Amino acid sequence: MTLELASVSYRYAGYARPALRDVSLRVDDGEIVGIVGANEAGKTTLCLVASGLAPASIGGRLLSGSVVADGQDLARIPVHGLAERVAIGFQDPATQLSGATGSVIEEVALGPLNLGMPGREALERAHEALDALNIGDLAERDPLRLSGGQGQLVVIAALLAMRPRHLVLDEPTAQLDPHGTRLVADALRRLAAVGTALLIAEHKTDLLDELCGRIAVLDGGALVGDGSAASVLEDPRLVDRGVAPPSRVTIRRAIEAAGAAP
Amino acid sequence: MTTIAIEDLVFDYPDGTRAIDGLDLSIAAGERVAIVGQNGSGKSTLIRHLNGLLRPTVGRVLIDGQDIASQRVAHLAAVVGLAFQDPDRQIFAGRVDAEVAFGPRNLGLRDGALEAAVSDALDVVGLDGVRAAKPYDLGYSRRKLLGLASILAMGTPVVVLDEPTTGQDARGIDRVRSIVRSISTDRTVIAVSHDMDFVAAEFGRIVVMRSGRIILDGTPADVFAADSWQTLATTFLEPPRAAVAGVEAGVGATPTPEALATALRAAGRGASDTDATDGAVRT
Repeated sequence: MTLELASVSYRYAGYARPALRDVSLRVDDGEIVGIVGANEAGKTTLCLVASGLAPASIGGRLLSGSVVADGQDLARIPVHGLAERVAIGFQDPATQLSGATGSVIEEVALGPLNLGMPGREALERAHEALDALNIGDLAERDPLRLSGGQGQLVVIAALLAMRPRHLVLDEPTAQLDPHGTRLVADALRRLAAVGTALLIAEHKTDLLDELCGRIAVLDGGALVGDGSAASVLEDPRLVDRGVAPPSRVTIRRAIEAAGAAP
Repeated sequence: MTTIAIEDLVFDYPDGTRAIDGLDLSIAAGERVAIVGQNGSGKSTLIRHLNGLLRPTVGRVLIDGQDIASQRVAHLAAVVGLAFQDPDRQIFAGRVDAEVAFGPRNLGLRDGALEAAVSDALDVVGLDGVRAAKPYDLGYSRRKLLGLASILAMGTPVVVLDEPTTGQDARGIDRVRSIVRSISTDRTVIAVSHDMDFVAAEFGRIVVMRSGRIILDGTPADVFAADSWQTLATTFLEPPRAAVAGVEAGVGATPTPEALATALRAAGRGASDTDATDGAVRT
């Protein structure tokens, strides 16, 4: 279960400037790789390309390089075949909810049902996913009438229910409180433990610090760093790239700057 | 100068969910108040009562001593500016400057005064360079700053910000911090946030909510003091890591890295005595 981007460049239709430039990145099975970078550095584009959703051509070539999941080039797989290979969680939960279901439990079961799973089994999986995030009490709620944080948890539950082999997440905890963030982190760790390859774009470096083995840094669409989480997060250049270091690093630097010692 | 008083507020959503469960809160003119709590604790519901978007099921909201029950939202908009959590529920104009001009124009500003209000607000949020852009050509974080600018430009005595740092990168968070600091001190600023570092640094008062009630209310030093941690934990909140590091280092729950550094220096712990190590600030 590996996901590999090889020399990927991407430009959006109508734009000359590429949003991604020559990005090579590999996520192995059971690995959680974090992506950091300032806003508009290319994180969302990377997520869309890594999940095969960014169209390869519209009136001309937009994508160059290759995105390969388990040996299969995503560009050769029709869109309806992508969902069972690479799952993606969008930044805004409102854009992810189907709008076609009347309750959260139906919404979460929708993915497995669409993959052809029998109803009973899909429902079981959906309940399991809600329980994993401690939101079983939302099961009967209308998915379109949830708070921002609840919506985000429901979207993540829907992804968990698919048991994806590869999972790409674009700021999965942006709207979550610290407790929700922790529940998501635990669920993602369990997913990695059964072999899922995870790629997570996030601003919360405290979260990536505890979750990721490796972190890659994007700046202006190019990969400018890729290494162990500790080495990337300690790198003094991180701040210049618009990324806040985790608080343990910020605190240590503030102490050092004040000439004090703990 | 505008004061706010919320008395015995209860709010039930139409489906019967009780979102606010008997809440009293007074906010003086010019205060900087952050409201924190778990998702679903009633924070957003509470602030929607301040400009009449929601009306109490029980209880009263008083602005400058007047019950606002009989006041129209259009009137309250001149007093309380609310920047939504999701900017896309707020933005509708075709140009950035037109979006920002909408509010102050509705309040009667024209010509030079309107132009000045728009320019100042765009300048503060750093969008002066994209005045003519289409709002939806901007990324999410800049649309969020645009939502803030639209509220700031109205010059309302009360400014309410719902999750202003969500989706911002490091520079964006610095920008939001400087925006909060730039708001004149005769205007009240109320923010809902999950970002404990942000609220500890920029707000003089923190109100902690749980299940539609207030469980803690005080300065960052009070609310994040070690003897409050258990109460915070009941609503799954954690103090800023600087506070934890301060307690571990024996200088008290310092809410910000700067406060921690100052406290360590005051305690006579110069860098020359020992090297600053990761160990003591491990969290």
